[in-house]
Amino acid sequence: MVTRPRRRFISVLAGLAAVPFLRGRDARAAADPLAPLVEKLTGGAPVREGRVSLDMPRLADNGHSVPLHLKVESPMTAADHVRSITLLSERNPRPLMATFHLGPKAGRSELITRVRLNGSQRVRAIAHLSDGSYWSGSAEVEVTESACLDAG
Amino acid sequence: MTTPAGFARHPSYVKEGNSQARFELSNRSYAHLRLSAVALLFAVACAAHAAEAQKPSPLKSGLDFAGADVRALQADDFANPGMLWVARGEKLWREPAGKAAKSCAGCHGEAPAGMKGVAARYPRVDPGAARLVNLEGRINLCRERHQGAAPLQYESDELLGLTALVAHQSRGAPVAAALDPQNRASFERGRDFYHLRQGQMNLSCAHCHDRNSGGKLAAETVSQGHGNAYPIYRLEWQAAGSLHRRFRSCLFGIRAESLAPGSPEFVDLELYLAWRASGLPIETPGVRR
Amino acid sequence: MVARVQVPQEAKRGEAIEIRIAIQHPMETGFRFDLMGRAIPKNVINSLVARYNGAEVFRAELGSGVAANPSLQFYTVAEASGTIEFSWVDDAGVSGTERAAITVI
Repeated sequence: MVTRPRRRFISVLAGLAAVPFLRGRDARAAADPLAPLVEKLTGGAPVREGRVSLDMPRLADNGHSVPLHLKVESPMTAADHVRSITLLSERNPRPLMATFHLGPKAGRSELITRVRLNGSQRVRAIAHLSDGSYWSGSAEVEVTESACLDAG
Repeated sequence: MTTPAGFARHPSYVKEGNSQARFELSNRSYAHLRLSAVALLFAVACAAHAAEAQKPSPLKSGLDFAGADVRALQADDFANPGMLWVARGEKLWREPAGKAAKSCAGCHGEAPAGMKGVAARYPRVDPGAARLVNLEGRINLCRERHQGAAPLQYESDELLGLTALVAHQSRGAPVAAALDPQNRASFERGRDFYHLRQGQMNLSCAHCHDRNSGGKLAAETVSQGHGNAYPIYRLEWQAAGSLHRRFRSCLFGIRAESLAPGSPEFVDLELYLAWRASGLPIETPGVRR
Repeated sequence: MVARVQVPQEAKRGEAIEIRIAIQHPMETGFRFDLMGRAIPKNVINSLVARYNGAEVFRAELGSGVAANPSLQFYTVAEASGTIEFSWVDDAGVSGTERAAITVI
């Protein structure tokens, strides 16, 4: 039989249980650890999601060397091209990974390289176009390591 | 109570009473039984030993246990980081070295023609040194004898470069280290090392690479443990490395005492591994995670 | 530093050609320790430039987030026959260069 004191107890419990979810919404809004760095990069200009595709394996063999294939939709003409692309890491000790400067002579805004990832994370690429706009894309990578740690 | 002669040490066979028990055996037939028992035990022991020293079937390269990215990286001759060491080897091949100021090319010509198929036959007994040598050892013997140069250090970029260059010339050729009376003792030492339980974890190579290949060791898939792709570029090492470096990693993994790269025990083990991998194509420079 | 470059020997004028470069370099992060417990100092290739007949066509600013023995694949428009020159420098000031010839038809 659920008595009044018991009902009160249960509702208090339910209230306490809801707290993480309420805090969660605020936490998620402030969750982007790269926000200050992106702000500095773009000088406060807005960054739009899109036009940048970052192709990385969903599950990386080893965090020391993870393949990365970057493409930005752009005609790469003198009037309309990609000026630069910056790679940012959410969890590496140095979030700024690399910056590539292209330009109309590049012909294609496409790049392949291999990066280091300090654990599972999202990698972001921010492209700066000739019209001054910023576009971004990202990839989520799970990083595993080999089981036996090498001594040398 | 009388005991039949010769049975004093086996009282269980002695029955009280005058008559010989049905299960009593004569002296001679017991001796025969003992001899057959020993023979049977020996045969079983031999069979077990021979059964242990078996080649995995079907033979699978480490590449078959690797993920898509590693396979793609090995297949791409430009992106394969191991090729940087082959390129270094190509430079060193042409450089004069030692007191004789001779280059490898001076005697052997350009690497592709001169070294084709050579790596597939190693390790082998070097007549001059009268011991089993692997490819690294043979390169160093050449340096000492013909170039008057100091041997190169294991895991140095130079030795890795030259070894990778020579082994690369055998890429695609099947591993074919032949067993003969000269290297038989080495082979058996290598085989015994492979089956020896070692370290805090008390494991032998066979436990992982024979009995559990294809299984998981944390995030790693256990391979059959072949050396056909060495020297390899290992993502974890962020560099190229020799088969002896890999042996040392394994020994570290099972918390066993390690041996120095170039140790004769490792060279003997290489021979056993080469026998075990007979027929697998050489892949140097391999890429592994 | 051992480096390898791959540039097509021949290309059509105006075509975007694939350029590949691989350099042997540890790209030392500065976060690792040696066996004696001493920090290994950071040393990465921090800048890589590609010049086509003298004009810069590609530049990369790299950090420790780039994998060891870095390899890059990028593109450039084939303009005229000549040389594509690559130069790079690391934190220790050690530089390297490599060049490849190209014929543009």
